[in-house]
Amino acid sequence: MRGRRAWLLSASLADLVFLYAPIAVLMLFSFNASRLSATWQGFTFQWYRLLIEDVALLAAVQNSLLVGVISTIIATVLGVSAAVSLERVPFRGQRVVEGALLLPLVIPEVMMGVALMLFFVLIKLPLSLVTVTIGHAAFNLPIVAVIVRARLHKLDPRLEEAARDLGATPWQAFRRVTLPLLMPAVLGGALMAFTISLDDFIVTFFTAGPGSTTLPLKVYSMVKSGVSPVINALSAILVLVSMALIGLSLALQREREGQK
Amino acid sequence: MADYSVEIQDVVKYHSATLAVDHLSLEVRPGEFFSLLGPSGSGKTSTLRLLAGFERPDHGDIRIEGRSMRDVPPNLRPANLVFQTYALFPHLTVFDNIAFGLEMRRLSRAEIDPRVSAALDMMKLRGKRDRLPAQLSGGEQQRVALARALVNRPAGLLLDEPLGALDQQLRQDMQVELKAIQEQVGITFICVTHHQEEALTMSDRVAVMNHGRALQVGTPQEIYEAPASAFVANFIGVSNGLTGRIVTITGARCTVSLPDLPTGPTILARRPAGAVEGSRVTVLLRPERLHLSQDVHLNGFENALPARVSKAIYNGNEMQYLLRLSDSVSWKARVPNSGGDRKRFLPGEVIFVRWNADEGVVLTE
Amino acid sequence: MSPSDPSTTLSDHSPISRRPTWLLLPPLAWLGAFFFVPLLLVLAISFATRGTYGGVEWTFSFANYVTMLDPLYLKIYLRSLALAVATTALCLLLGFPLAYYIARAPARWQGIWLLLVIIPFWTNFLVRTYAWMFILRTEGLMNTLLMGMGLIEHPIEILYSDTAVLIGLVYGYLPFMVLPLYAAVERLDRSVVEAAWDLYAPAWAVFRRVIWPLTKPGVIAGCILVFIPSLGAFITPDLLGGARTMMVGNLIQHEYLVARDWPFGSAISFVLMGLVLLGMLVYLKVERARQGDETVSWAGGDRQ
Repeated sequence: MRGRRAWLLSASLADLVFLYAPIAVLMLFSFNASRLSATWQGFTFQWYRLLIEDVALLAAVQNSLLVGVISTIIATVLGVSAAVSLERVPFRGQRVVEGALLLPLVIPEVMMGVALMLFFVLIKLPLSLVTVTIGHAAFNLPIVAVIVRARLHKLDPRLEEAARDLGATPWQAFRRVTLPLLMPAVLGGALMAFTISLDDFIVTFFTAGPGSTTLPLKVYSMVKSGVSPVINALSAILVLVSMALIGLSLALQREREGQK
Repeated sequence: MADYSVEIQDVVKYHSATLAVDHLSLEVRPGEFFSLLGPSGSGKTSTLRLLAGFERPDHGDIRIEGRSMRDVPPNLRPANLVFQTYALFPHLTVFDNIAFGLEMRRLSRAEIDPRVSAALDMMKLRGKRDRLPAQLSGGEQQRVALARALVNRPAGLLLDEPLGALDQQLRQDMQVELKAIQEQVGITFICVTHHQEEALTMSDRVAVMNHGRALQVGTPQEIYEAPASAFVANFIGVSNGLTGRIVTITGARCTVSLPDLPTGPTILARRPAGAVEGSRVTVLLRPERLHLSQDVHLNGFENALPARVSKAIYNGNEMQYLLRLSDSVSWKARVPNSGGDRKRFLPGEVIFVRWNADEGVVLTE
Repeated sequence: MSPSDPSTTLSDHSPISRRPTWLLLPPLAWLGAFFFVPLLLVLAISFATRGTYGGVEWTFSFANYVTMLDPLYLKIYLRSLALAVATTALCLLLGFPLAYYIARAPARWQGIWLLLVIIPFWTNFLVRTYAWMFILRTEGLMNTLLMGMGLIEHPIEILYSDTAVLIGLVYGYLPFMVLPLYAAVERLDRSVVEAAWDLYAPAWAVFRRVIWPLTKPGVIAGCILVFIPSLGAFITPDLLGGARTMMVGNLIQHEYLVARDWPFGSAISFVLMGLVLLGMLVYLKVERARQGDETVSWAGGDRQ
């Protein structure tokens, strides 16, 4: 038993090293004074300074935030209404609708990207931030719906019945009882959608037009033009931002548990 | 050499910083039904897991049939465990569950099939051989768990709260059945339980455990009639106590004065071994051995003390009374409801509690 | 079951309504317009032919699907399949011990370990892929270190090879494997494993006869979750593989944006989607059979 645990622990630690060493190395070398070499040449902040001064990068961040916020709002509103209507009284053809709702989660992203691009080109909607936002809302809608529905499924339906019994209309019962209990899941789903939107590359790649460069597109073009410590610096910042977002979602989860 | 089937020799086991088993030594004879009785956290389950080999003692040794088990992993030990939750393999049929151990020891099919069939017959599971565990009732699952362990003919069968998951009625039936099975197969059983009635009914010998130590080892009768300490007495249901001092000793009897009670009365009790005049003693009495009456006379009993009824609880076949002997001393009494002429007492009533000197357990301090 | 089990509620008595609430309309309309219509478009175009200057000529033929049988393209499909299978196998190999360790760790450690698995999963995929470019390239960290230690004289050319793509894919999708495996091991009753051990099973037999069959649903789920995105991967082969090691995802992108042969690109993506959905269908079949099983085989066990 003892030997087995030691073996499992070392295998697990090896996995952790595999998962974290690349990120750690990346962050470390964002402070390296040498532009080309992978040997340590001294400490510097100059790559971060270059980042801050990059106007195009700033524009890309703005675009990403804009797309993220708007597509998250759309996906959240639509996703919650999908979850709520699916979790209520069962109806004919429900299984088909449920399957259709999950399809965007399983098909390859490349496929979704080209399909949207084709569609926009054929209906002659110019590729822009608008088309990017529409696409993000489309793949985030099912994600929000799944998260909210899981929470809805765990709620005791007798709560809403109790509210009805105490004289609430169906809408009042939903508004006053179900929605507040659902809020942590709604926020969690929205946060997830926002993160995915900020990180999305493939769908954006196919649906973005000139002047609608988002942060991942900018990162991609930087990476494509070769390794540079500026990308290391940008990566380090992105890693820290995603950690902050995880912290936020954990805080939301804790609140959810507190409400139980 | 192997006079004992299972020996626990000065075993110490820590779970991180807590001492689970504290210099425990026990010997179990071949073919014996031995129970470890104690409250949760007393170290009895740890002891069982040490015997099965899931944990290693920090100190001391365990021997099975004379062989040291120090470096022997569970799969090589001649002992099998019946888990409290049965731990049946959910993906295997009853037959495959029972055959598992034999297959692992690489017995041939020609040996496995008849042995499993015999085990199925003995446990009355013949018709269930192709069922999955979840398709069985709780009692059936338990019999599969027993069969799965017994079919290996282990030197010791370890049972972890074997009746804990069963309901009251099944539990009492299984106590009898388990004992019968043990006598039939003649295998050493070591059983962990927190249920005193279970331990006393089934076992040849019982070890009462607390804080990782065996406080008393003996036959059920010895444990029941002569508990060696207040903890043992309490744990097996002797809950009424009085402390006092021995005034006189006459032969096997002594007189004890009771300064805790308002009138400072004396009672007659058995003389504990080694006690002298002036020794401080505790007299313990079982709730079901007390006789209650409004009559002040002894009427053939050797002791009588006045008490006030503070609560009377109707409990089906018996009445439970809470009695106050003084501000600081409360007793319990249980009186069967069987006789139609039984008088019931009401709260507030003053009555007399009577008993014979030999009913009391006397412990010196 | 949970209190939300519909069979225990009053609403059970209300009749099944024939129509969903109007609330379902907006999300369905959005997905219809921006997901299903585009998907059908791809299907339609896959039967058309490429116009002289790119664009689409609306004829009907299976020519694009026939072209795909060309060894040049078949090779890319096979490479994608092989890489996806290898990625799945490696993730399983690396992920199982980790998942098992986490599920058997004390509760407060479980949370921390899970968090450590999830953090990379939430980190930008491009960044994580770039990290391997930084490490694996000819003048990269790995070669610098190995040469510095005198272990090699000439840099190893790993970047822009199948090996690099495989490393990147395993790195990217390992968390997808660990999470469902963890859930499966966590559900596995500890005493059942001990029972096998107690019944003379050596370590390997405990794993093969008890742990593996009882965690198989989690294994299948994890494999599907890794296999699907690996098969359709785009970023990893694009950045770590380069032109020499194309996968289907890159081929699609190439046909659409470089060769501007939309009909052929559409046909390729449809076959890719077909493969993925086929895998999904198999998984759902297995899952449904298992759940049917479960209601029989676990219902009693859970109640103990």
